[in-house]
Amino acid sequence: MSVVKILKNECWEDVCTLADLVPNSGICALVSGQQVAIFYLPQEETSVYALHNRDPIGQADVISRGILGSIGDELVVASPLYKQHFKLSSGVCLEQPEHTLQSYKTRVIDSCVQVLVSS
Amino acid sequence: MNEQKIVVVGNGMVGHHYVETLAKSGVSANICVIGGEPRPAYDRVHLSEYFAGRKPEELALTTREHYQEIGVDAHFGDPVAKIDRKAKAVITDGGRRFKYDKLVLATGSYPFVPPIPGSDSKGCLTYRTIDDLGMIKAQAKKAKVGVVVGGGLLGLEAANALKLLGMETHVVEFAPGLMGVQLDDGGSTMLRRKIEALGVRVHTGKATQNIKAGTDTRLLMEFADGESLATDMIVFSAGIRPSDQIARDAGLELGGRGGIVVDYHCRTSDSDIFAIGECALFGGMIYGLVAPGYRMAEAAASQLSEDKLAFQGSDMSTKLKLLGVDVGSIGDAHGKTEKAINFVFSDERDEVYKRLVVTADGKNLLGAVLIGDCSDYDSLLQYYLNEIELPASPENLILPESAGGIPALGAAALPATATICSCLNVSKGAIIEAIEGGCCSLGEVKTSTAAASGCGGCAALLKNVVEDEMASRGLEVDTSICEHFSYTRQELFHMIKVEAIKSFAELLEKHGKGHGCDICKPAVASILASLWNDYILEEKHVGLQDTNDTFLANMQKNGTYSVVPRIAGGEITPDKLIVLGEVAKKYQLYTKITGGQRIDLFGARLEQLPDIWGELISAGFETGHAYGKSLRTVKSCVGSTWCRYGQQDSVAMALYVENRYKGLRSPHKLKSAVSGCTRECAEAQSKDFGIIATETGWNLYVCGNGGMRPRHADLFATDLDDETLIKYIDRFLMFYIRTADRLQRTSVWLDNLEGGMDYLKEVVIQDKLQIARELEQQMNDVVGTYQCEWRTTIEDADKLKRFRTFVNSGESDSNIVFVQERGQPRPASESETIEILAKTA
Ligand code: SRM
Ligand SMILES: Cc1cc2nc3c(=O)[nH]c(=O)nc-3n(C[C@H](O)[C@H](O)[C@H](O)COP(=O)(O)OP(=O)(O)OC[C@H]3O[C@@H](n4cnc5c(N)ncnc54)[C@H](O)[C@@H]3O)c2cc1C
Ligand code: SF4
Ligand code: FES
Repeated sequence: MSVVKILKNECWEDVCTLADLVPNSGICALVSGQQVAIFYLPQEETSVYALHNRDPIGQADVISRGILGSIGDELVVASPLYKQHFKLSSGVCLEQPEHTLQSYKTRVIDSCVQVLVSS
Repeated sequence: MNEQKIVVVGNGMVGHHYVETLAKSGVSANICVIGGEPRPAYDRVHLSEYFAGRKPEELALTTREHYQEIGVDAHFGDPVAKIDRKAKAVITDGGRRFKYDKLVLATGSYPFVPPIPGSDSKGCLTYRTIDDLGMIKAQAKKAKVGVVVGGGLLGLEAANALKLLGMETHVVEFAPGLMGVQLDDGGSTMLRRKIEALGVRVHTGKATQNIKAGTDTRLLMEFADGESLATDMIVFSAGIRPSDQIARDAGLELGGRGGIVVDYHCRTSDSDIFAIGECALFGGMIYGLVAPGYRMAEAAASQLSEDKLAFQGSDMSTKLKLLGVDVGSIGDAHGKTEKAINFVFSDERDEVYKRLVVTADGKNLLGAVLIGDCSDYDSLLQYYLNEIELPASPENLILPESAGGIPALGAAALPATATICSCLNVSKGAIIEAIEGGCCSLGEVKTSTAAASGCGGCAALLKNVVEDEMASRGLEVDTSICEHFSYTRQELFHMIKVEAIKSFAELLEKHGKGHGCDICKPAVASILASLWNDYILEEKHVGLQDTNDTFLANMQKNGTYSVVPRIAGGEITPDKLIVLGEVAKKYQLYTKITGGQRIDLFGARLEQLPDIWGELISAGFETGHAYGKSLRTVKSCVGSTWCRYGQQDSVAMALYVENRYKGLRSPHKLKSAVSGCTRECAEAQSKDFGIIATETGWNLYVCGNGGMRPRHADLFATDLDDETLIKYIDRFLMFYIRTADRLQRTSVWLDNLEGGMDYLKEVVIQDKLQIARELEQQMNDVVGTYQCEWRTTIEDADKLKRFRTFVNSGESDSNIVFVQERGQPRPASESETIEILAKTA
């Protein structure tokens, strides 16, 4: 169903509309068969962030259901299982930096939320 | 090495402390205890609480099992009759012989009954042991009038007991005033005034000459002045005498008026025999308090080790509540020291009396008397014990602030040697050491030093010292909730309430920084819910909640959720049981009876939750709030409806309580239980608030906890009618919600509450802060706006959108895999998952 647009070798996948997102919280989408957590912070300059949904520590697909916040200057999501914090920008885990969630570029075009799957 | 055989005679408070001290010291010794009473040591200091409903077991300081565990050979109910010093053995009444290398006499004292004709009549009792209290209670059933002979400290405690038993109570004292030992005339007069206002009749300067049978009452007391007093019961509390008979018979040196003479090491005239506690005479004195006894026990025990301590006498200052009246006495209360200067403040309207006795140069405190207001006691005691120089105008220490009074001595002014907790002998230095050793909260310091675990009188001072110490080392007692708000939960609660703040964003903008986090967001969500009780999935609150609150279900290890419908009081109809079974079968859920008397259905996928709840709600179920920081279950026992011992309908009460408080948001989860009688099958004493039926109503217990650090609940109020019970619970819960820190169960909250249980009672029962009505009102508002969150959710299509696993697909999470075990599903392990996924791929 989703439309794959190829532009300058970049492959952006349509995921949903802005209205499907939940302000200051996350939802999960299937992007090219992968579970991707998408977070929406309407007040921020970059308002949509995307990270892989699987918690590498708790071993379950639940990152999208974590609480958003900030630690120092970093925007983070806290895993709902054991509460480690992952940076929204890079997916790096603050408590256990050996764990990093894959992060994805996002953009919003005419209310359509897109995730970059490969370039 | 050959183990020394230590025999301890007497298992009172001091004898027990000796055993514990020796057992912990690492000295290898073979300890044998011979206690004259039928039960192991108990807390005599709090004996009177028996009349407020505390049971003998709850007064126990130890158990037979505990002694067994630490290798102590203990025998009870067969007192020692004789010491055979030559053979180094003791012989009991029952004829048993125990050999010793070292003997420790801790036989305490017994109440003195004056040799008045008739003082052995039925109805004449004493007040020292649990058995004594049992007798008083039994005889009180047939008694209307009770007299206590003796107006000292223990006499007044006994008077309180008679009053609690509903008797017309009299105190007869030979001396001209009450508590002549500890109080000066002014203090004694004020105390009398206060006690008489409570309905206790005080007769001073009265010598009883004869006790005979009465006409309308059981007994008639005749006094030297020709007057008489009719009564049904007489409790003698005319002083104590050391239990020194066996020492006397064995030829040990005694004092002129009794008491086994001991030296600095608590050795008697036989160097293999020690005496400690109230049977010992040191420097011509019997110390009738527990703290000096403990110091003696420690000194005596240390003589068996390298590190020998000396007993050097002890301070006899006391702070008490007698018949609810605060009484404090420090040092030279009578101002007998030569050239002492006195300062006296007396306020007959508020019935407060304070006296300071100061050295001639005005620099040091010699003594003090406080009646009606003991708030300065801790400070004054520290001035006295540590010889801290007094301010230029010492009178300001006892004047009300409006008249130039100055605030109490700060913790910082105390030297490291200052004793903060005298029961457990914890100095300020020891507290500092504990903090240096890594303790960083009041609770941790308490656990590590045992301070404040005795009489509890030092709790407020301890808190000051800990906070001051932490602050002084820049350890800033950081009470801020997280980096986004430099406030405590309680402060946030007040700000939100006073400024009528309705959302997290508003609060953050006004008082915080950054974006918030998983600490402050749920805490604020809980406060907003406690105060305004909005539906928690309002858009503005959604991002604040833990996943458990967002999806109204607890997340399990594999990302699925559990479903826990409310089964109030644990009562459920067969039809509803069938519905649970059918739903579990249809959605292939694992079912289990929980520890909270309900049924948990595990393994629901996010997208299944609305359907499952839809079916449950249409069958009449509602949410059980197993996910929220809110009321969990109110367990019940079957109660008077079925049980042959039931006193009240505990199930009906549990249902009422659970339905009243369901949905109430609080700093941590809340649990309760209602038992139908003292057999306590519902385990109410392990709950945040527990209710136990009595013959005439309900006893309320509060601040219990199971879990990681179990704590027995404290008895809070007795024999309440339904209405008063609910009123107290309303106030208690709201006060907790208002003042507790985040994730602080009621037990931990109480540990950190200045003033402890007494203060809590003052606030909730006596309404000291005048907020009871407000607390009740607030509770009524919350109760009135309850909604089942699951019902609200499934009725709102918009809300349901959140329960899709994927925003852009109807699929479910293929990484969730179950296997069957004992006829039910369970999450597959990692290796099982890989195997199964490989097969299906
Ligand atoms: C299901 C149940 C175990 C069972 O199979 O019986 C259970 C399950 C959990 N308990 Fe419990 N507790 C359950 C009864 C208890 C009891 C017994 C009781 O209530 O009589 C206790 C001890 C009593 C007490 O709380 O004082 C108990 C003490 C805890 C604690 C420790 C609390 C403490 O103050 O030390 C936690 C951890 C916490 O809350 O921080 C906890 C936390 C949990 C959590 C929420 C852990 C988690 O985050 O996943 C579990 C959630 C399971 C779920 O999804 O529902 N559970 N838990 C019981 C549910 C009762 C119910 O019907 O609601
Ligand atoms: C109602 C009440 C309130 C009190 N309040 C306070 C207070 O607020 N603060 C305070 O500091 N103190 C208080 N006290 C005093 C305190 O309880 C005592 O100082 C303390 O209990 C003394 O301990 P002990 O072990 O020396 O004696 P006890 O506790 O009297 O124990 C002695 C034990 O030895 C046993 N015994 C005696 N002879 C023999 C024998 N021959 N063989 C075997 N066993 C024997 C006795 O049966 C008894 O069990 C109070 C006392 C009472 C009664
Ligand atoms: S005891 Fe531990 S494992 Fe068992 S239910 Fe409670 S929290 Fe879970
Ligand atoms: S002074 Fe009694 S507990 Fe500390």
